[in-house]
Amino acid sequence: MELYQLTVHEMSDLIRSKKVSAVELTQSVLDRINAVETKVQSYITVLGDEALKRAKEVQERIDKGEVKSLLAGIPMALKDNICTENVKTTCASKMLDNFIPPYDATVSKKLYNEDTVLLGKLNMDEFAMGASTENSYFKITRNPWDVERVAGGSSGGSAAAVAAGMAGFALGSDTGGSIRQPASFCGIVGMKPTYGAVSRFGLVAFASSMDQIGPLTKDVTDCAIVLNAITGHDPMDSTSANVKYPDYSKALINDVKGIRIGIPKEYIGDRTNPEVKKAVLDAAETLKELGALLEEVSLPLTWYAVPVYCIISSAEASSNLARYDGIKYGYRAEKYTDLLDLYIKSRSEGFGVEVKRRILLGTYALSSGYYDEYYKKALQVRTLIKNSFDEVFKKCDVLLGPTVPATAYKIGEKKEKPLEMYLGDIYTVSVNIAGLPALTVPCGFDANHLPIGMQLIGKPFDESTLLRVGYTFEQNTEFHKNRARI
Amino acid sequence: MFTIRKGIYMKVTKETIEYVANLARLKLTEEEKEKFIRDMENIISYVDKLNELDTSEIAPTDHVIPINNVFRDDEVLDSYPKDKMLMNAPSKENGCFKVPKVVE
Repeated sequence: MELYQLTVHEMSDLIRSKKVSAVELTQSVLDRINAVETKVQSYITVLGDEALKRAKEVQERIDKGEVKSLLAGIPMALKDNICTENVKTTCASKMLDNFIPPYDATVSKKLYNEDTVLLGKLNMDEFAMGASTENSYFKITRNPWDVERVAGGSSGGSAAAVAAGMAGFALGSDTGGSIRQPASFCGIVGMKPTYGAVSRFGLVAFASSMDQIGPLTKDVTDCAIVLNAITGHDPMDSTSANVKYPDYSKALINDVKGIRIGIPKEYIGDRTNPEVKKAVLDAAETLKELGALLEEVSLPLTWYAVPVYCIISSAEASSNLARYDGIKYGYRAEKYTDLLDLYIKSRSEGFGVEVKRRILLGTYALSSGYYDEYYKKALQVRTLIKNSFDEVFKKCDVLLGPTVPATAYKIGEKKEKPLEMYLGDIYTVSVNIAGLPALTVPCGFDANHLPIGMQLIGKPFDESTLLRVGYTFEQNTEFHKNRARI
Repeated sequence: MFTIRKGIYMKVTKETIEYVANLARLKLTEEEKEKFIRDMENIISYVDKLNELDTSEIAPTDHVIPINNVFRDDEVLDSYPKDKMLMNAPSKENGCFKVPKVVE
């Protein structure tokens, strides 16, 4: 096995036992990027020499015995909507094509403090709006399992890079499924933490009441390690939760006896592809054999989640993206007559089609006379969706279902069908609407040998139970050991 | 403008798109207008599904975790240096953002 194929905890073991240096490890992953990036197209910016320089510095400190973190020397990459001081952060938009953040996002800083090595910035749908990474201004990211297919999105670059061994781990952001869906499509582990558990400071805002940063990793153990590094209260984010965060590595227990797993019947009905449904139900059966208690439950508002998401996310996006005016940073049109014309031309030339579509929908939903009919209505249904989760969590510890109704589709297949693409988020969006944590773990393959993921949904701030169930599943199956052959 | 009623096909007009685009400070080509009219009609007819639910007695949820005003002590802290804040400005002069003349 090559170094770049290893999980973070395997890399970490080699570094701490001095069998491999941070420089060798970083070089291995950079070589891998050189070998397959042209096929996968997951990076917007690669930091070659800078990464090696950083790895050398970290190794020197490891040699002096100054470094304790499990993540020390681990090469990783960040979605390109997470600010990195002095490293271009584009949001995959023409609008921010040349934007160099003057500060680090809290998560970037936290990962640097753990002595990780930043390899670069990853492709995404423009401003995280999309589910296929086809909406990037720069390039379309391809699925390492089949390069004719999408990697998913909007964190498609993050998922594809990890799946292809081009990063030890990556961070993404998830507003309606943008970590979990691409992780599922690319056969890796992805977590959207509870709203407020990870600081959003320095994350370019899309829909602030639902955005959350989380890890994309090769297995559940890695997920716990990264989660330990990035969670925590941050005074720079007023929605950051000031609670006590546990040590997530303590949740890696190979035992699910007595854990009550609810299977929402709406998630395994006709709208789910039969192969996906079978893989997920087989996984449930495995967990049952290991001692978990299965129970069918109902989330009757499932079909209302996508419309609620459409309204709330577009409304918040239209407000958040008002800041791009061509004055303080970002794209400015070359020719304009006056200030208003400068605003209009800069925005019209700087934003892509999907971004404009959502700004228009959001502006409409918030406009005078329509606010109550759309925005307020969506917030009221949000309350009902949240209540329905509270209800099922009275009798279950976690919920289990598919992450996505189907496996990765062909590039171009849904490009001109926005509504159809939004419906692919049907099992992931409710989680953001209700602010819950959710984990996707590989649980099978379809007839085309494309990965299938199962989604575990938990109570607020109960990431630990998700990790425990995911870990137990991994310890008793082999799916997570498969690597994309590219 | 347009109206939306449960079960009734609703129409987005060109005027609606132009009105909303102006609010959002976007200028659309004729081709984009046609496209967005179709997309908006589809999406808005779809979100009309929410009207199936009676929410007259339901309080809206703005934020999923109960957040009150978050205050800190009124202390002087470091702020970012001016040159760093200006480094991405498309146009600047004398330590200021430069914009077209707004006052005659």
